[in-house]
Amino acid sequence: MKKLRFLPLGMIAMLLASCSSDDNNNGGPVNEEEVITTVTVQLTPQAGGTSVTLTSRDLDGDGPTAPVITVSDNLTTNTVYNGTVTLLNEIANPIENITPEVIEEALDHQFFFSGSNGIGTAAYSAPFDSNNNPIGVNFTFTTTNAANGNLTVILRHEPNKTAQGVSNGDIANAGGETDVQVTFPVVVE
Amino acid sequence: MRIFLALAFLFFGSKSAFAQFTVSGKVTSDKGEILVGCHIHAANVYVNSGKDGSFSLQLPGGKHVISASFIGYKTSQRTISVTSDQTVDFLLETDVASLQEVVVSGNATSLTTQPRQTLKVNAIEKYSNASLGDLVKEISGVSSLKTGNAIVKPVINGLHSNRVLVINNNVRLEDQQWGLEHAPNLDVNAAGSVAVVKGAAGLQFGGDAIGGVIVVDPPKIPVKDTIYGRAILNGATNGQGGSASSSVFKGYKNGWNWKLQGTFKYMGDLETPDYVLSNTGIREKNFSVGFGHKGEHSGFDAFYSYYNAEIGILRASHIGNITDLVNAINNGQPAIIDDYTHNIASPKQAVQHHLAKLNYYRDWHSGRFDVQYSYQFNNRLEYDVRRGDNRDRAALDLDLATHALLADFTSDKTKDFRFKTGIGASYQNNIASIATGVRPLIPDYDKIDLGAYATSAYDVSATWRLEAGLRYDYSRVDATKFYLKSRWEERGYDESFAHFITGDFGTQWKTNPVFTYHNVSASVGSKFQIAEHLNWYVNASLARRNPNPAELFSDGLHHATGQIELGDLRLKQETAVKVATTFSYASGKLAVEVNPYANSIRDFMFLQPKGLEYTTRGAFPVWEYRQTDARLTGVDVTVDWDFHKNFNYHATFAYVHGKDMESGRPLIDMPPANWNNGVSFLKKEWYGFEVGLRSEWAFFQNRYPDNDFYADVIVDGNPVNTLVRISRPPKAYNLLHFSCQITLDSIPGVKTTLAFGIHNLLDTAYRDYLNRMRFYADDIGRNFTLQLKFNF
Repeated sequence: MKKLRFLPLGMIAMLLASCSSDDNNNGGPVNEEEVITTVTVQLTPQAGGTSVTLTSRDLDGDGPTAPVITVSDNLTTNTVYNGTVTLLNEIANPIENITPEVIEEALDHQFFFSGSNGIGTAAYSAPFDSNNNPIGVNFTFTTTNAANGNLTVILRHEPNKTAQGVSNGDIANAGGETDVQVTFPVVVE
Repeated sequence: MRIFLALAFLFFGSKSAFAQFTVSGKVTSDKGEILVGCHIHAANVYVNSGKDGSFSLQLPGGKHVISASFIGYKTSQRTISVTSDQTVDFLLETDVASLQEVVVSGNATSLTTQPRQTLKVNAIEKYSNASLGDLVKEISGVSSLKTGNAIVKPVINGLHSNRVLVINNNVRLEDQQWGLEHAPNLDVNAAGSVAVVKGAAGLQFGGDAIGGVIVVDPPKIPVKDTIYGRAILNGATNGQGGSASSSVFKGYKNGWNWKLQGTFKYMGDLETPDYVLSNTGIREKNFSVGFGHKGEHSGFDAFYSYYNAEIGILRASHIGNITDLVNAINNGQPAIIDDYTHNIASPKQAVQHHLAKLNYYRDWHSGRFDVQYSYQFNNRLEYDVRRGDNRDRAALDLDLATHALLADFTSDKTKDFRFKTGIGASYQNNIASIATGVRPLIPDYDKIDLGAYATSAYDVSATWRLEAGLRYDYSRVDATKFYLKSRWEERGYDESFAHFITGDFGTQWKTNPVFTYHNVSASVGSKFQIAEHLNWYVNASLARRNPNPAELFSDGLHHATGQIELGDLRLKQETAVKVATTFSYASGKLAVEVNPYANSIRDFMFLQPKGLEYTTRGAFPVWEYRQTDARLTGVDVTVDWDFHKNFNYHATFAYVHGKDMESGRPLIDMPPANWNNGVSFLKKEWYGFEVGLRSEWAFFQNRYPDNDFYADVIVDGNPVNTLVRISRPPKAYNLLHFSCQITLDSIPGVKTTLAFGIHNLLDTAYRDYLNRMRFYADDIGRNFTLQLKFNF
């Protein structure tokens, strides 16, 4: 029975090894820290006047409920708007503003704006990234004639900013992966 | 140190001047069976017996002790004086005391009528730089489900993941294999043999092997004073890296033994014929250590192994939404191709697996009693592409601990009747860390399993053996999971599972789902010797599998596939009835095996598309776990023919036909028919020179379910309803592989093997249906490999 003396030793070693970390979720749930729940586009006429707010809010993140899209007002013809995009995580407590993070990682992010049916055209404003390529947190949006269409806002993570047309806002060659893609119905009158 | 010495000898040593003689013979068992793959050992030389049980050794003149050993038989030793070429035949006796090794390889009594294909050390060593999934593909009917090239899951007759049990060193591997991108966590370099059983045999380890069992056994150390070992160095051009693996085995005449083994692997980005697969590097650091004692009537075995892998996932496969997926499919090449690097960035996996076990046996009442305790701890970290402070934080962090106790009794009282019975109990605990800041898809859970089984084999006559086995399993899962309230309602759980809710956390419910399962599994088999070289096997098995954590609880987005996967708490067990027959012909020069089968699975669990869901990132297709009745039928064929004294032809063919019996549609992810042909030339006199050419032919899988769907893709600012073509398998392909090797005995006591290979000789660009990266990139291109192996 001499060899049996190893048994207890082995058992002890195994029990020691089995003590594991205790970061289980017996407490509260995980609140998604990475999710962008809310995209707000604020359009303010350069000449002054009432600004228009476009919002997409999806409070269950990747859950089954679709985002709720709201557009505060119609746009006016032949107007130049200063646009600002704000990204929030409203699941986090306190609510987290993700926009500064995007600016901080400017080289890895770029917004793309496209208006359909001639509702208007977008152009990038400052700030730009350290290579002087656009980020798109701020932009201008210029309307001309009356129209009825969509404004689509896309945020790409790690796009190829030097590919053809990308720094002018053409997404076709941008690559990367999509962090945000929302479409707002817009009326210009 | 020994390796360095060996290297020094290799370059400076001189060739032995002694004359060599050929000692040949044949190995048979006491029951008259030919023993194939029997280990013949003399001085520093060893060989395995061939298909007809014959072997041949080159020995210098003088006195030699030749031993023949085979699992389940008593080692036979003969002392001979070699003065000229001579013949030595071995007759091996069945060894009750070493039945442990048979137990290790599955189930002593039940496996005898279940044909199994075994890969021995020689084959395993060829895959020293690869994975278990790559290795078992050598066997017809076994394919692989891959995520890139480093994550390889074995697929047996069309089934994988929890439907395939992996038994490592007599321990049922518990490493979260429910995930399609979770490969078995073990090092092939620690294996002495790998056997595949296509069906639910080996009831000893569980009754849920609906696809089959892969049995990985450690090398066996003989009871005598001996020390031997191995060192393998691998280099590969594709991946610009390699691996080193070494092992040492020590046996003592008094029954004690120990072993030590370690592997280190370092590979960078892989390449297709046309571009770099960015972020596909891999690192592995594995080791194992064991010791034990084999007495006349009792013994024990202690073993510990550690597996540590860091695996890069193709950067371009991490996608944001459907537009990205459509772009990837249409572009035909990855969206992100960076400069070549050995670095691994996100997305990646970092996996660690610990396995410790203690096994004790003793003879008891004309039989043998075995008891084993094992402990496994698996930590899985998955890193996504994240922003800001989360950049280096894992998005998934799971700790899975498993304790298992087995007790078996084997009775071998009479020669024609064998009986084995046992019980097993295990406790499993999974913890999903909340430190990730991402809602875990797999919840915390505790699981208790209890099982009991009995199998027996009866020899009706000298040529006919029957066997039967029965098993009962009890399983209880107690989980804690937070559900988004919106998801809970969408799943319809508010009606059926309100009693699971234990807390209200604003937008989420805290729930405590508890499930218990009772399962009965069984197998019957017959092995009949029709003629001298022809055996006929018939097997039928009943297997039941409980839903796994992914099937029950998944509820979120999968970045690699850009789809939302939903589990279902209503799932019940799936039940498979498999009937298979094998005709096996083996004479001296020709071995043919034909194995048709039919596997009918009631309540087969699978992912089925179910519309789209919309998020801030755009639309995602939703796939949910559902159940249907499925039927898999197919045939596996293996041919091995020494058509000339120096030439060998080896071929495997496999076809499987999977059908959803409810909808009449084909099953998804069924391996296409494949046909492999290899011709090799072997000339032992030329330093064991061997050269071979192998063709690997994968047909087009024309049976696939059409799961294409329409989704809005943004074109010029407008959402355009676009067909997303995710269903059609890639086209057929044919690959050629070249290999050659020589073996040198220039260093006394060291056998040196030098092997050179070219994988994908013609640098063919192809995609594989069962590679989850096929939407994003081609498979890997030409790869030159060099292997230097020392056996001492």
